[in-house]
Amino acid sequence: MRALFCVLLGAAAVPAWAALNVFACTPEWGALAKELGGDKVTVYIATTALQDPHRIEARPSLIARARNADLMVCTGAELEVGWAPLVQRQSGNPRIQAGRPGYFEAAAVVPLLDKPARLDRSMGDVHPAGNPHVHLDPRNVAKIAAALGERMSALDAAEAQGYRARTTAFLQRWQDATRRWETQAAPLKGMPVVAYHRNLSYLFHWLDMRETAALEPKPGLPPGTAHLAELLQQLRREPAKAVVRAAYNEPRAAEWLAERAGVPSVMLPYTVGGTDRAKDLFGLYEDTIARLLQVAK
Amino acid sequence: MHRILFYAMACALSAHAAAQDSLEGRAPASAASAFNPDISLILQGRYVDQKDIEERHITGFVGGDHEHGGGRGFSLDHSELVFSGNIDPYFRGYATLALADEEVEVEEAWFQTLGLGRGFGIKGGRFLSGVGYINEQHPHVWDFADQNLMYRALFGEHLLQDGVQVRWLAPTETFLEFGVEAARGQFFPGSEAGGDRNGAGTWAAFAKVGGDIGSSHSWRAGINHLSARPREREGHFEDVNGIEALTGFSGDSKAWIADFVWKWAPEGNPAQRNFKLQAEYFQREEEGELFCEDNTADGGACAGLADAYGSKQSGWYAQGVFQFMPRWRAGYRYDRLDSGTASFGAIPIAHEDYEPYRHSVMLDYAPSEFSRFRLQLARDRSMRSVTDNQVTLQYVHSLGAHGAHRF
Repeated sequence: MRALFCVLLGAAAVPAWAALNVFACTPEWGALAKELGGDKVTVYIATTALQDPHRIEARPSLIARARNADLMVCTGAELEVGWAPLVQRQSGNPRIQAGRPGYFEAAAVVPLLDKPARLDRSMGDVHPAGNPHVHLDPRNVAKIAAALGERMSALDAAEAQGYRARTTAFLQRWQDATRRWETQAAPLKGMPVVAYHRNLSYLFHWLDMRETAALEPKPGLPPGTAHLAELLQQLRREPAKAVVRAAYNEPRAAEWLAERAGVPSVMLPYTVGGTDRAKDLFGLYEDTIARLLQVAK
Repeated sequence: MHRILFYAMACALSAHAAAQDSLEGRAPASAASAFNPDISLILQGRYVDQKDIEERHITGFVGGDHEHGGGRGFSLDHSELVFSGNIDPYFRGYATLALADEEVEVEEAWFQTLGLGRGFGIKGGRFLSGVGYINEQHPHVWDFADQNLMYRALFGEHLLQDGVQVRWLAPTETFLEFGVEAARGQFFPGSEAGGDRNGAGTWAAFAKVGGDIGSSHSWRAGINHLSARPREREGHFEDVNGIEALTGFSGDSKAWIADFVWKWAPEGNPAQRNFKLQAEYFQREEEGELFCEDNTADGGACAGLADAYGSKQSGWYAQGVFQFMPRWRAGYRYDRLDSGTASFGAIPIAHEDYEPYRHSVMLDYAPSEFSRFRLQLARDRSMRSVTDNQVTLQYVHSLGAHGAHRF
């Protein structure tokens, strides 16, 4: 009786083993997993480029998808702290728990910027480990791709060679593209910009741009009128070239400030799917640089 | 029921043993990597302006009221301390202590499994039952300053279980989850004496289904059953002479609950605007024996008699909360109960036929994710012939570890 019951339960619970099932917390890691896995993986992307990655909820659909995942790829550094731990625990899936090989954190393999010197919530919603928005520096993407490719090979040993070959090929293409982008982006060097949230810092750091202020008075707090007025004063003293925001950031405050300060307002895709051209990781960088170059002149 | 639970646990534990052999991998980058559990402190207090009523109750319902804090004026409503962390690679532990003057109440204290696999999860200890929707939410995540009338009539405030819960998540793309609970059952609708037994004083079972519609809508619905076996459960009635009568109920209490929640946010991004609609319905049947303590000395009609008792009651609530701009939310809630039917046999108590209801509106302001202030106005008709217009001002702050909130 007991054996029969277990078999029945087991039969109901066996997932399709055809491919490595990847649950990506954000679109950039979903896109990367597709690059490295090709047709050997099926990728579910939990969020879109139009959603604030800090404000996702542990929706029933995410829990259901995490149930059968072999690999969960997240940013880490507490970006997904408000929902991913709940999804992991409620999924009843031991493979993707923190500390298991089936849980991969991108931020764990790259050096983080903006590590706070002092941890206090009076500083806003700071991330103790550092700024988690690591994917907008292509050198980080290369490091993460190498580590993720290795992890996929370890999890799906039968296809390991395929993952390694695809990873090598991707890294080669990525390196060439990075060099091309760096040449194209040369005019952006030293360009002062005002950002919305510190979600573009790695991009500015890579391209040697200057982030002179943020629309959010503190990380995670919406821009208020007093802070915007202060920013306007600051912009009149030391002008910036543009007010830059991500596709998911609310446009009104950025546009108000840009208009008053007489500078352009630029929307960047932030991640894959943020604009029509940002169809994959290459498109994301191409579109981002093109949009910045338009206002650099 | 006992057997199914046993088999589910046996399968899950053998899967657990297999999973133990394959533990490896690197530690994630996290600030909580020190071995201390994550700690958070919830500060919650209020100012209430309402009628001065000595014994608040819901007309026609026997309550198990468990209200924190004082009635009128300023009070520390529900401040609590939360500890959580992984015990080892296989288990996670969690405890919530509610703090009040001269007492510390163990709200929850449980462990859960992390590595069973195949969609199974087991929780043991004292936990908030998985029945219904709002039951698993702590007061600091409620959208209103107080609990809805339905849950107050059903459980006092919420249903705590001292026991074991087994959940199973189906391997489907649509969220489909089943759970069973066996518990001591010492809390209302159970009773202290009913819990003192071998076996379980309360059984609960639930099934939940949920998903997304496009990227802007998500929902969850559930059907739940609770079966309690109270013994000598204390109750207060007014007898036919209008004198208070203390009663004891022994028998079966069975409840069905249906719950539904739907959330909307443009493109699934709740940062600017979002809307949440939730509604729950219950039906409860009680059958057994009621004993009425002798109150003839006070002029009452009860002469220490016991007779068959049965009741069938129902109720529901629905609420909508709209965040119309960052930081600001407004909400409306409607509560309605039906005291239904009750037969007292030869006991000199008459059933009070009444449909208690309440309207509540709230406006809240959250300067950040960690702080919130709320104003709530309510017109409470939960007691017959009393219209209580209530004003509540409330603060809810959280310090420490950034907890994840349920859907």
